Amino acid sequence: MGVHIIKMPDIGEGIAEVELVEWHVQPGDSVVEDQVLADVMTDKATVQVPSPVHGTVLELGGKVGEVMAVGAELIRLEVDGAGNAAAVRASRRHGAAPEDQEAAPEAQRKAGEAAARAAEPSAAAPSAARTPVAGSPAAGSPAAGSPAAGSPAADKSHTRADEREPRAGPAASSGADAGASGAPSAAAGWQGGRQGSGVAAGPARPQGEKPLASPAVRKRAWDMGIELRFVHGTGEAGRITHYDLDRYQQQGASAGAMAMRRSAAYAPSDEEQQIPIIGLRRRIAEKMQESKRRIPHFTYVEEIDVTELEAMRLRLNERWGAERGKLTLLPLLVRAIVVALREYPQINARYDEQASVATRYSAVHMGIAAQTQSGLMVPVLRHAEAHDLWACAAEIARLAEAARSGRASRDELTGSTITVTSLGALGGIVSTPVINHPEVAIVGVNRIVERPVVLNGAIVARKMMNLSSSFDHRVVDGMHAAQFVQCIRGLLECPGMLFVE
Amino acid sequence: MESTTLLILGGGPGGYVAALRAGQLGIPTVLVETANVGGTCLNIGCIPSKALIHAADEFHKLTRYTQGSPLGISAGSAAIDIHRTVAWMGGIVARLTGGVAGLLKKSGVSVIKGRAQILDGKTIEVEPPAGGSGKRQRISCEHLLLATGSEPVALPSLPFGGRVISSTEALSPAVLPGRLAVIGAGYIGLELGMAYRKLGAQVSVIEAQDRILPAYDADLAKPVAAALKALGMDLHLSCQVLGMNEAGDALRVSGADGKEREMAADQVLVAVGRRPRTSGYGLEGLMLDMDGPAVRIDDQCRTSMRQVWAIGDLTGEPMLAHRAMAQGVVVAEILAGKQRRYTPAAVPAVCFTDPEIAVAGLTPAQAQQAGLDCLSAEFPFAANGRALTMESAHGFVRVVARRDNHLIVGWQAVGQGVSELATAFSQSLEMGARLEDVAGTIHSHPTLGEAVQEAALRALGQSLHI
Repeated sequence: MGVHIIKMPDIGEGIAEVELVEWHVQPGDSVVEDQVLADVMTDKATVQVPSPVHGTVLELGGKVGEVMAVGAELIRLEVDGAGNAAAVRASRRHGAAPEDQEAAPEAQRKAGEAAARAAEPSAAAPSAARTPVAGSPAAGSPAAGSPAAGSPAADKSHTRADEREPRAGPAASSGADAGASGAPSAAAGWQGGRQGSGVAAGPARPQGEKPLASPAVRKRAWDMGIELRFVHGTGEAGRITHYDLDRYQQQGASAGAMAMRRSAAYAPSDEEQQIPIIGLRRRIAEKMQESKRRIPHFTYVEEIDVTELEAMRLRLNERWGAERGKLTLLPLLVRAIVVALREYPQINARYDEQASVATRYSAVHMGIAAQTQSGLMVPVLRHAEAHDLWACAAEIARLAEAARSGRASRDELTGSTITVTSLGALGGIVSTPVINHPEVAIVGVNRIVERPVVLNGAIVARKMMNLSSSFDHRVVDGMHAAQFVQCIRGLLECPGMLFVE
Repeated sequence: MESTTLLILGGGPGGYVAALRAGQLGIPTVLVETANVGGTCLNIGCIPSKALIHAADEFHKLTRYTQGSPLGISAGSAAIDIHRTVAWMGGIVARLTGGVAGLLKKSGVSVIKGRAQILDGKTIEVEPPAGGSGKRQRISCEHLLLATGSEPVALPSLPFGGRVISSTEALSPAVLPGRLAVIGAGYIGLELGMAYRKLGAQVSVIEAQDRILPAYDADLAKPVAAALKALGMDLHLSCQVLGMNEAGDALRVSGADGKEREMAADQVLVAVGRRPRTSGYGLEGLMLDMDGPAVRIDDQCRTSMRQVWAIGDLTGEPMLAHRAMAQGVVVAEILAGKQRRYTPAAVPAVCFTDPEIAVAGLTPAQAQQAGLDCLSAEFPFAANGRALTMESAHGFVRVVARRDNHLIVGWQAVGQGVSELATAFSQSLEMGARLEDVAGTIHSHPTLGEAVQEAALRALGQSLHI
């Protein structure tokens, strides 16, 4: 038996360190070739590191949340045969960088493949749950809800969630509710009353008391996935019967949860929950802080009449929707920005404050802020200037989907020159977008709403939309920013102009 | 390397039941056992001790009849051939362990005989039994279930060997000792001590505390203490055992008065308790969280290591076969994808002294400690017809129930044959029965079980026969 050391593979170009996001194995676990050992995160992409060998985990090189240098020891495996520990040690002694990199080429290749496949963890969970032995392979990912989940962070939040003792359910509400209706109906509670079953329920179960149910009822509740402590017992001494289970299921757990909320509505609550800010969340936090600390933002808001733009969009969709796909407002806005940037190239730029150089780009690489399950991501629509409306729409849809499913590559997540952020119907009236450092401008879209507008002396209803745009005041003057936004406004209010070359 | 889904260490009641259930559910299962399947319970515990107790009872009855009896029965002289007794016990054990082995085979469980060594949470090495032909093998598994049971605790001043024996040796005596000293007046010491006394040995029981059966409440222990006296056993309470004398034929004991004296003994049975078997097979290497000497588990029998499970005596008190069996089923079903928990309302316990003790749930004192406002009632066997016909009017049945809703929270009984009442006790607790439920159930007449109903009636203030 030898020791095989796997080093942190170099995943993207020029990245010196990556963050360990999740361990899929623990010391003592046996692993097979290609089995995923850990999730690591570079800049914005999460990559799975598979094992190049069969073996047994001896030691983990770091904790979840730790930032590790590329080439650092990630994990030690015990393997049949000699292993590579000696070779790795030797190369380290000689300090030979090339050898060092050779030590983990296999892991690197596999990591690359994994990144390409980008098998996201959540997709793995359901299939694992279907295997006959529950809680086994899935237990590695917190999504599986295994109490023994590997990562300490997951463990922590789990324990806390478990410790939280739910209130004693509908029972506890009786005190508050009883006042008006008198004791018997209060005892019937939300279940009897709502269902109109007329069954007199037993007295409520005092808080903290164990639910009372026969072994058969307990087993059936487990099989039905019902937590007995939420079920009101109508039997003698508050015994929960099969009938109670049926009724609970008919009403759905939501009714129970609602009753719980009602009963707990005015109860004092002293919970604290510590959520480790790791992985993507930490990246977002760092980026945001960086941007706000370095960039003197100013935000300019303008109102835009999009009645005609919307009319055109609807007609385009009517005529071409079936063949080319439906358009949202976003591709039209992208087009307007692309056209406006021709006159204001200083806004399509990245500012390197250390070198005191603002680089202007002829290409418009449009960052499109997208909300994903794990947090904010900004996939990049490359060469927006070279896309027509439908190509633009298709590319935006593809990127958003890739970001949401975690399949977006590093290239698709970097290199934007200006960013658009839109919350659609949630857009609100005004926002103060945070610039995607080192860019110098971000255009925020607020919601479209019909408002009374004075037009040619008459008050008419028009579809109005605000644009809230932030700029880096170090390199963009207020006047230019205002002119840029006014230019966009002109284009959007007279949409034919969008297509005049 | 052979690999399996579930690997079970230990073929005792916990391990073999888990294996049977897992096999039934189609989980590939390997069971590793050093000796015969059946564990302590079948081989050197519950079953042989009950066989010995039965033989002792029969013999004792006959010796009583040599002096005539109120029943009008008299007999000539009574004699026992302990070799044949032990052989008969062996037959029962062989039949049961053979039965378990057959069941395991039928369920498709692969049983490997040998000494297991845990290499890691997923890998076990099995060394074949000494003299065996097999070779060392490694088995890897997805889930490891630890069911290695417990072992008798030795006294530092009185290591096992020579005249000093544990319950294991006491259950297969080659000859009956003339004088037996039993250290520990817990259930194991008293069950065996009484059996040996009935077989004719002079038995002294030495206990460090000031009462027998410290684990049971004093009212329950009283009839047993009276029986010990009636049998002519010597009881030395509040006594410390210092060791054997230099000649090795007597026990040195310091009494309650602090004076040291010697007690001649042909054999010394040390029965001061059992402890989880946690060493000798590489368990330490897993560095599991412990609860004192026991492996810590949650209500799904998970240890602190993922996919390593533990059940039975290894996980601490109560060290009872039926608890291990219930836990074994829970683990097997969880592995089959079912949602299960080990959350019994009560684990019944029985002490096979004469009279027997059976308990389930809370005693009045425990209920009070738990903050419950409880009422309790006893029904004496002196008022039970069946008990009188069995010459066993000693003892009682007691029920403990909540005062507010009459939910039964505990049962205790002491008396001849009350072990069979434990079934009714735990059933009523698991079903969440109230006093009215038991009182309203017809209990057949004439049986000891009527005392159960009468206890419930009495708690309700409606007793008929007292």
